[in-house]
Amino acid sequence: MTDQATASSKPASTFAETARKYALFVLLAAMLVGFWSAQPAFINSANLFSILQAVSVVAILGVGVSITMSAGGFDLSVGSVAASSVMAASYAMVVLQMNAVETFGLVLLMGAFIGLVNGLLIVRVGVPDLLATLSTMFLLAGLQLIPTGGRSITAGMMLPNGTTAAGAYDPAFLILGRGRLFDTVPYPVIVMAVVALLAWFLMERTRWGRVFYAIGGNETAAHLAGAPTKAYRLWAYVLSGTLASLGGLIVASRVGRGDVSAGNSLLLDAVAASLIGFAVLDKRRPHVLGTVLGAIFVGVLLNGLTMLNAPYYTQDFVKGVVLVGALALTFGLGKKKR
Amino acid sequence: MSTTPSPAKIAVSVSGLEKSFGPTRALAGADLVVEAGEIVALMGANGAGKSTLVKILSGSISADAGTILLNGKTVSFASPGEAQAAGIATVHQATDQAGAAGLTVAENLTLNELCGTGSFFVSPRSTRKRAAEIAALIDLDLPLDRDFIDLRPAERQLIAIARAVASKASVLILDEPTSSLSSTEAERLFSVLRRLKASGIAILYISHRTGDLAAIADRAVVLRGGKVVASFAKPIDFSAAIAAMIGRTLDANAHEGSLSTAPILASVRDARLIPGARPFDLNLRSGEVVAITGTLGSGKSRLLRALFGLETLTEGSFTLDGKPWLSNGPARSIENGVFMVAEDRWASSLLPPEIPGASIAGTIALPHLPRWFPLGILRETRERLVAADAIGRLGIKARSPDDTLDQLSGGNQQKVVLARWQAAPCRLLLLDEPFQGVDVGARADLIAAIRNSQSGSATLIATSDTEEALEVADRILVMRDHSLYEADGSHESLAAVIGSVESAETRADGTGQTP
Repeated sequence: MTDQATASSKPASTFAETARKYALFVLLAAMLVGFWSAQPAFINSANLFSILQAVSVVAILGVGVSITMSAGGFDLSVGSVAASSVMAASYAMVVLQMNAVETFGLVLLMGAFIGLVNGLLIVRVGVPDLLATLSTMFLLAGLQLIPTGGRSITAGMMLPNGTTAAGAYDPAFLILGRGRLFDTVPYPVIVMAVVALLAWFLMERTRWGRVFYAIGGNETAAHLAGAPTKAYRLWAYVLSGTLASLGGLIVASRVGRGDVSAGNSLLLDAVAASLIGFAVLDKRRPHVLGTVLGAIFVGVLLNGLTMLNAPYYTQDFVKGVVLVGALALTFGLGKKKR
Repeated sequence: MSTTPSPAKIAVSVSGLEKSFGPTRALAGADLVVEAGEIVALMGANGAGKSTLVKILSGSISADAGTILLNGKTVSFASPGEAQAAGIATVHQATDQAGAAGLTVAENLTLNELCGTGSFFVSPRSTRKRAAEIAALIDLDLPLDRDFIDLRPAERQLIAIARAVASKASVLILDEPTSSLSSTEAERLFSVLRRLKASGIAILYISHRTGDLAAIADRAVVLRGGKVVASFAKPIDFSAAIAAMIGRTLDANAHEGSLSTAPILASVRDARLIPGARPFDLNLRSGEVVAITGTLGSGKSRLLRALFGLETLTEGSFTLDGKPWLSNGPARSIENGVFMVAEDRWASSLLPPEIPGASIAGTIALPHLPRWFPLGILRETRERLVAADAIGRLGIKARSPDDTLDQLSGGNQQKVVLARWQAAPCRLLLLDEPFQGVDVGARADLIAAIRNSQSGSATLIATSDTEEALEVADRILVMRDHSLYEADGSHESLAAVIGSVESAETRADGTGQTP
């Protein structure tokens, strides 16, 4: 009389399940073919790499967001961290006259520190994740304007105290955003690939990743199983902050100046990439591969539509449609309720 | 002893009520009659069908078969609203659901009218006036401007009752109303109930506390296995009622009471679980399985949680292997071989199916990851090997170690949770309600697995089901009021100890002494 419920073996995999699992891959392939037939220039390698380059920052930020989401949190501050990193990198080189290596170290440390502050607010003070990161988001958006009096940072700019900035962007720094490996692969794409690979390995193949997910799934169960849940949540935000500042460094090295409006849409794009990722392989959870694929999916769609002369102001609408579709695919659409 | 009420006085009667959830038969032909002006106590162990019966009467779910007669008319409810309109009011156990936080006492008292039948326009003055009328129905004396969230559980409960009375209910169902009340608050509730009874309302009172039932119930009806198995008129013989509740069909004592002489593995000295409780000692010998039984809220879980480092004792100390033992949390306990399976496995042990590591293999491995994979890199073959071994050893019905836990039945889920803690060398295994939602067959497997676990360890089980305790344990202790009492191993004496000590508690409450 025990366990009749489980004895019946379920069919290996129905068509609907398979379809849902690979839906985003199929759609991506269909889009590539569609845009290619409509506009043959779409498929040449320069364009494809430019798509990847365009999405690299969003993907890197999205990986950070999905790590915090996997641990049951949510980092809303990634966009502001990236934007502040652009300003910080510019300030370090233009005003403080640091070289590329020092700037890198400083900005990454700043990102990790902001992540630590987020984490401490959440874990020690007990502020809910969304509210804590929302407030640091505001804080940073304002803070980044103060050292320069609200102006963008360029070589030779006038400082608030009346002197002229003596430094300039280190040419070595600009290689990251503007250089290409073997004259084909942009460095940001390589950075994205390395980040994705390392994060994927961390989250899917190590016990630390397992515990991140366990905390997100059931924090009490993880705690009772002996996991130091607070330390893990703290680390999730440190990782997210560091990755966001890495994204900011890429933006800074591409635009070559401290633009106050840099990174305006980064947060929403990164969150969208993470959420679209839920549908990839029908995982129904944040995961690194899905996030990167989600970012690429949106990038391909926007690039193709632009080539077909869709006006720029439809971009957010298109992103929204993709997000709604992906979430409906993840959470509903003919799925049996558990 | 059962009485046959005159048809004119019957407020509500149910007959042949049946309800199944999948393969589980929650109600198997239950019959129950409550007269107007009568308080009937509904007793039964966990899973006896009490809450299913209440849900059917209050319209939350509908029965598969059987009839409900309300004031002589056949009724069936499609929603809680219909039941309420027909005159059945239910006060649920969770007092935070008794009203809406953010609204005042007055607004909460008139909530039914605000939500439905009242006029469209409300003014604070009319609300207060109406609320005062409703409060007067049960002599409720609360400041009408107070926010619901600032009320104590007893006051919230009284608001829910006042609302029920105001809705002109003829039948009032109270589900564990005193579980969060102090004895003086409970006494106040009882006096309200007595007045309602005098006014002719039929009251169905569900409780685990025999002390409360002795104080107010006219009749006790015992549910077991979805059927009414016994009915007791006043004065209620609670030893017999508890014996009926937990069943006589007992093939235990399987484990003859030859007292273990093995070395003491863990001990509790002069422990006070909460301030004012009687201190107690406990010795656990190597290889021994000890069960603690007692009613809900008696402190069983608290003792287990204290041993595991989740709570602190008010006074007293633990030793483990002769050395003082004080854990600061699960990580430290697990390192030292003190394992705990907390009650409610979905809340305390298992992960939702979309999470990596929610498989049988991952569930078993979770606490052991740092020791199995010190370099951090997972080797799933190792996890699967342990899981495959557990599946064979415990007879877990699953297709593979990769099955997620939601695909398993309750009994098999519990086997996986037990297997998790048998996958590493154990000193002291603490099991809190390990047979919750487990069918009889799986329970036998679990008991065998618990009894055959590592001989060098001790097992301490908390269960409110005496039958389970008798089946699994070498030795049984009764916990009451956060203190342990000895009981000899027989079924009758155990029922007597639980029943009698609670009656004693009631007498103490009656004279106004709070322990």
